[in-house]
Amino acid sequence: MEFILQPLTLMTFFPLLGVLVLLFIPSEKKNAMRWTALIASLITFLISIWVLTMFNASNPDLQLVAKYNWITVAGWNIQYYLGIDGLSILLVLLTTFLSPISILSTWTAVEERVKEFMIFFLLLEVGMTGVFLAQDLFLFYVFWEFTLVPMYFLIGIWGGPRRIYAALKFFLYTMAGSILMLLAILWLGIYQGTFSVPDLITKGGIDPHTQLWLFIAFAAAFAIKVPMWPLHSWLPDAHVEAPTAGSVILAGVLLKMGTYGFLRFNLTLFPQAAVQAAPVIAVLAVIGIIYGAAVSYAQADIKKLVAYSSVSHLGFVMLGLFALNPQGIQGGILQMINHGLSTGALFLLVGMVYEQTHTREFKVYGGLWKVTPIFGTIFLIVSLSSMGLPGLNGFVGEFTILLGTFGSTVLHSPWYAGLAALGVIMAAVYILYMFQKIFMGPEGSIVEEVKKHGHALRDLNWREIVTIVPLLIFIFWIGLYPAPFFHLMAPSVDKLTAAFQAAALAMR
Amino acid sequence: MTFFYLAPWIVFFPVIGLLVNMIFGGRFSEKVIGTVASLASGLAFVCSVLLAYSLTGHPEAFRWTIGEWIHIGTLQLDWTFRVDTLSTTMMLVVSGVGTLIHIYAIGYMHEDVRFKSDLKRFRRFFVFLNLFIAAMMILVGGDSYLMLFVGWEGVGLCSFLLIGFWYEMDTLARPSWANSNAAKKAMIANRIGDFGFLIASFLMFWAFHSLQFDQVFQQAPAIAASNPGLITAITLFLLLGVTGKSAQIPLFVWLPDAMAGPTPVSALIHAATMVTAGVYLIARSAALYVTVPAAQFIVAMVGALTAIFAATIAVGQYDIKKVLAYSTISQLGFMVAGVGMGAFAAGMFHLVTHAFFKALLFLSAGSVILGMERGHHHLAHHKGHDEHGDPHEEVFDPNDMRNMGGLRKTMPVTFWVYLIGALALAGIFPFAGFWSKDEILANAQQGGFTAVYWLLAIAAFFTAFYMGRQIWMVFFGEPRHEAAAHAEESPKVVTVPLMVLAALSVVGGALNLPGVETLTKWLEHTVEFIKPSEFIMSVALISTALALIAIFISWLLYGRKPLKAGEVDPLKKMLGPIFTGMERRWFVDEGYKALFIDRYVDIARFTADVIDWKFWHDWFHEKVIAGTYNWLSNVMLNRYADQRGIDGFFNGLGEWTKNAAAGLRRFQNGFVRSYALFVLIGVVAILGYLLFK
Repeated sequence: MEFILQPLTLMTFFPLLGVLVLLFIPSEKKNAMRWTALIASLITFLISIWVLTMFNASNPDLQLVAKYNWITVAGWNIQYYLGIDGLSILLVLLTTFLSPISILSTWTAVEERVKEFMIFFLLLEVGMTGVFLAQDLFLFYVFWEFTLVPMYFLIGIWGGPRRIYAALKFFLYTMAGSILMLLAILWLGIYQGTFSVPDLITKGGIDPHTQLWLFIAFAAAFAIKVPMWPLHSWLPDAHVEAPTAGSVILAGVLLKMGTYGFLRFNLTLFPQAAVQAAPVIAVLAVIGIIYGAAVSYAQADIKKLVAYSSVSHLGFVMLGLFALNPQGIQGGILQMINHGLSTGALFLLVGMVYEQTHTREFKVYGGLWKVTPIFGTIFLIVSLSSMGLPGLNGFVGEFTILLGTFGSTVLHSPWYAGLAALGVIMAAVYILYMFQKIFMGPEGSIVEEVKKHGHALRDLNWREIVTIVPLLIFIFWIGLYPAPFFHLMAPSVDKLTAAFQAAALAMR
Repeated sequence: MTFFYLAPWIVFFPVIGLLVNMIFGGRFSEKVIGTVASLASGLAFVCSVLLAYSLTGHPEAFRWTIGEWIHIGTLQLDWTFRVDTLSTTMMLVVSGVGTLIHIYAIGYMHEDVRFKSDLKRFRRFFVFLNLFIAAMMILVGGDSYLMLFVGWEGVGLCSFLLIGFWYEMDTLARPSWANSNAAKKAMIANRIGDFGFLIASFLMFWAFHSLQFDQVFQQAPAIAASNPGLITAITLFLLLGVTGKSAQIPLFVWLPDAMAGPTPVSALIHAATMVTAGVYLIARSAALYVTVPAAQFIVAMVGALTAIFAATIAVGQYDIKKVLAYSTISQLGFMVAGVGMGAFAAGMFHLVTHAFFKALLFLSAGSVILGMERGHHHLAHHKGHDEHGDPHEEVFDPNDMRNMGGLRKTMPVTFWVYLIGALALAGIFPFAGFWSKDEILANAQQGGFTAVYWLLAIAAFFTAFYMGRQIWMVFFGEPRHEAAAHAEESPKVVTVPLMVLAALSVVGGALNLPGVETLTKWLEHTVEFIKPSEFIMSVALISTALALIAIFISWLLYGRKPLKAGEVDPLKKMLGPIFTGMERRWFVDEGYKALFIDRYVDIARFTADVIDWKFWHDWFHEKVIAGTYNWLSNVMLNRYADQRGIDGFFNGLGEWTKNAAAGLRRFQNGFVRSYALFVLIGVVAILGYLLFK
């Protein structure tokens, strides 16, 4: 009882209660199952708010720690070790926030095998929350791999025509990277004698050469997940084939597991290697920003455009993290949240129109703003947030990242930020293209096409508005008043950057 | 008594206005919607007046913080409003001219939404217009470069929304992508400029460790002394931003297309206020510019070249609004040249008078267009009854001056106010434009900017010429189209704001008369580098003579013998290909398309289709990785590996999925197996390396 009532444990595993209830609901009661999943995820969200109220923002260290010995054989000491700090709290909240929204978006979109869908979804939530909370490398690895399974089935069963191919590619790609990470984890466990992240940080003392190898092993897993250019090839397949809710969670949370991994493990465990590798990562990030933006523009499929835009956006996040200064890292963390909100919202919106039209080809769209004014206006706001319009969330993240990168003493060149800032222009090109082709211009053929099937294209209904409005609130909130979000992460980030100054000094 | 606490309300009032119309506007009549929006803008004007009044007693800058924005380490940005003589000058212009245009738009949009048969869009127009006022107030009221940037991009958004207001048609109301393309073009061109702004702000922050105006300006002399190249870079990157927002060479191409927006938008955003933001930015950054004369010279030259370049294009246009659009680019060139030379007061003075007379000209042009549309409508209606013909058969362009002629008889009020605006723009004594333009020219001569002086003087000559041409073509001679013959004068709600602006265009020069220098003294409190400028009689005489000669030539060509319907422009007969060059905008758009836009599209397509998809996705991943391991697995699994183990697991997985989704294609065993093997080999190899190295 004591074990389960710890806030972090309770938050992580609460969705399992929903799974348990779902198992006993007869298959034909679809609405009951939807409500069960929604309520389970909503309560999880409430628990995360409770965690937030207990979180002390001025403390840079891990808080609300839950720690037990788990596997202790043959000198190995694997712990059940959860904790939360400024690096992870926003991502945890993002996870618990996006989950009910995604479930709400499936209300009419998922009609087949609702029970299995909801079970997988709740399992996925457990895995994601666990990834952001685990402070023992082994436990982290378990959660990390665990998220693969439900996502694999979400894409493979409820996806589009090429779902099996996409699901498998997603699975194997991530696996391939994870294997290297597992080796590095085992190395740390064997040679450093512990899997606990805080202990490993205090212990330190890995020589720079080995650090670099370990850094690369971890980076392989995370870079595929992010995905960093050129390891992004699985992403368009996974996004295009995934059902809407899957895309939302994939873009909103799963990709952040990669960037979070860099932040939590690569930066803290191998600070010297991070300083060494920073220019390489930054070059890949800048290529990703420009490449992703260019490729987005040339897509004929709306969802594919949004998918490639993620490559560009996450390039910004990576660039910020490896600026290794407070502006860059705080901007990077905030941009993870921003990307989850904006791109999540874009996938939701694309899903809402797809549900009616069953096509995502740009060429059949046009002039929809007149037909569906509320939808058009909300889509516009989300698009602008995604292209970093000041006053909305995206700008705060992008600006602080670029500012930090520009003055980074580790990267030590204005070219990274200068070239990355080109991405700001290119984002306007593809985002405005997307908005124009769907909502402006003469009425597209799809309007007549939909009418032929009996129903005229309708504007958003109440459920859809309820799904999207919470995201809009945060889009404005972070854009206008990001202070509370920065306050939550500032002490932990300062602690991290202080470690870098030490590492950079040690290398001189 | 001071009213500084009202500072945030210059933004709050328009925001409240737009929210009220957005939420409740569905139930409001057009009159109520228009009144709410005009009131919101009007209250912002009242606040601006009170703020300016407060400054008369306390001329030093007043700062009012309403909230924390971005605080990270040394980066400390707040939502802080800045009330000083420079910002209130802009606030007064924006909200003052803005309110008049709101009122005018009630009448204009009433007719426009009916011509285009979408009554619902009336409300949307006023929501956007209020949003624009709010964004513009943030731009001029912000206390840091970044808050300025919020307004800067915010007005860019409003510009996008309003250029693309009739997004499903072109300017002749035919279904088309044209208007939305124009909107997109404006925003992207502005974003290119914003890129410069961003880089400038990064340089600035890491040099000054602040983006707040006072802190930057205080350190400017010291840093300019130790590292002048840095300040030069900052000012030139800011200039890139200016060329985007204020439509200067090389980014001016968006502004003519922006005329796709309804005419009140052209007047408010694309003539009087938003496009002058770049001039404001340079005046605001005076402390930086004065430390680097080389950059000042470049700014002045960009302005002067733009002034003359755009003026020549204006000569060759037939669209009444396009003439004014190129004229605006040209006049913005005058302002940029002015502030570039360090004549900050002169530049700001011209900004203010230009806001009066160019808003007047655009709104009057709008009145002309409405008159033409009324005439055409009347005609079509008439014909429809008589011959049962299709009233929309003929494509009629109400903006084309070749369709006009003789309108001074049918639209007398519009004619007189237009004439006043034209004389003010041409720089005829004693209208407002004479004083402000002259102050810039005098500064150019005084400051030793000879090239700038002559470029601007010649541009002024062209200005008088194209305005003369326009007046003769539109209002004199005989109607060249039946619509012009049946044109009707506009209602009071349209003409009254015109009269107010006409009055301001007449007396606006009084703001900064030589010897009195009211505006200069007012701005001195904020911009310390203002030099008192002299009135130079020779400069005034030369420019007046040039203007009169130009008007005389325009009379010779267009007034003495008015253009007949279908007749070729007399200047075209005289100049031939040169006129074609002016008419076709010197082919700049075509050049940009061939050099940059098409290239970008090609590169993007090639990267996406060939590099990313065919090569990387299909060939490398499918053929090389999957193919190789398929082959390897066939060789190796058959010999060494325990097939049942691996295959069994993946087959099991496959069965599970297959059962879960009925009718799914079965897994291709070789594919899965090969990947599994790939993973296995990787593990063994790396483990081996780690253990035995």
